[in-house]
Amino acid sequence: MSHSAPLIACHDCDLLQREIPLNPGCTASCSRCGAVLYRNATDSIDRTLAYSLTAVVVFLIANAFPIFAIESQGTVKGITLLEAVNSLWNQEMQSISLVVLVTTVVIPALELFSMAYLLLPLKFLRLPPGYTLLLRLMRMVAPWGMVEVFMLGVLVSLVKLTSNFKVIPGVALWSFAVLTLLLAAAAASFSSRDVWNRVDRITGRWVAS
Amino acid sequence: MNGPVQSAAGQGLCACHVCSLVSRRTHLSEAAHCPRCGASLHFRKPGSVASCWAFLIAAYILYLPANLLTMMETGSLISYRKDTIMSGVVHLWKTGSWGISLVVFIASITIPLLKLISLTILLVSVQRRSTWHPRQRARLYRLVELVGRWSMLDIYVVTLLAALVQLGSLATVKAGPAAVAFGAVVVLTMFASMKFDPRLIWDPLEREKL
Repeated sequence: MSHSAPLIACHDCDLLQREIPLNPGCTASCSRCGAVLYRNATDSIDRTLAYSLTAVVVFLIANAFPIFAIESQGTVKGITLLEAVNSLWNQEMQSISLVVLVTTVVIPALELFSMAYLLLPLKFLRLPPGYTLLLRLMRMVAPWGMVEVFMLGVLVSLVKLTSNFKVIPGVALWSFAVLTLLLAAAAASFSSRDVWNRVDRITGRWVAS
Repeated sequence: MNGPVQSAAGQGLCACHVCSLVSRRTHLSEAAHCPRCGASLHFRKPGSVASCWAFLIAAYILYLPANLLTMMETGSLISYRKDTIMSGVVHLWKTGSWGISLVVFIASITIPLLKLISLTILLVSVQRRSTWHPRQRARLYRLVELVGRWSMLDIYVVTLLAALVQLGSLATVKAGPAAVAFGAVVVLTMFASMKFDPRLIWDPLEREKL
């Protein structure tokens, strides 16, 4: 263990340790509590950027088209996510409607667009204005994006509805499924450590290695 | 590790919660900011135990109406039912949707209970400065953080059903008062687990060694 390696404190138990070099795809865990300290994610910035840009497109499709439709009395009626939120608002359930809107539309949109806004300039070794603020914001809102839970909710509703109605799956159903996968892939390839190392390289500060 | 086990705080060092940079806090009285990203620095989350308890107690209180009141009203020409969370699960089980019934049971009943009980255990043990199985408690906390979000499932199901079935005229589905209470329980327990500082689990251990 070299003494020039940067210090790192475990975010779960505050144990002070020194960074060690990792092989690609490996993770470093805290020697005391076992929490994951950092990963050597391959091409973290490039890959996360690619997944995020794709996810932005899929996200727009998922919100523009109906999730599914039911057929009753010969007419087919479909519903988009925003229409569902709006309908709940009109049924005097404003608080729930807001929670759904924030966790499935606002936060995922914020995360995806800020990811693209941050990583695109960083890839070309430029610093986007307000990057510290955005990285702090993203850190704060991350637990509230719940697209994958919503996807499971869609599937459960689908099963519940098929017992009484003829259900026609919509474009957004597939889009949400793809979006769930893309978000998972983006989260798996994103490494905040790599982003900050890139920032350090550009600003020339805190360069340890 | 070489040398004795030491925490960053014990050395006067503080890791930034946003960018993970470890920096030295010189003036302990002043509010410090991370030199790299500007986030405010704290050795431990301020007011962690007190605010975690506050969110948790509020969640316990709302847990009762969430489970006792009506979650969803469904009506059609031939039938009308009012379902609580539990009776909804039982109804799904009886009508043969075992898989879905199990998923809803885990997301709406097991996970909220697990969260409430786990956070209570963690808070009590931290307040008593317990040194009992810290690694297990750290894992419990990580589990709570990981699965907590999935209890939002029922809220989404109610939203989709209520909105969609409203369109058809023969049947109605309405969200009941329990939906609001249950949504609040999920949000409050998420705030509680965010406010909890897992580093407090390990602090008593170091004092003991010294």
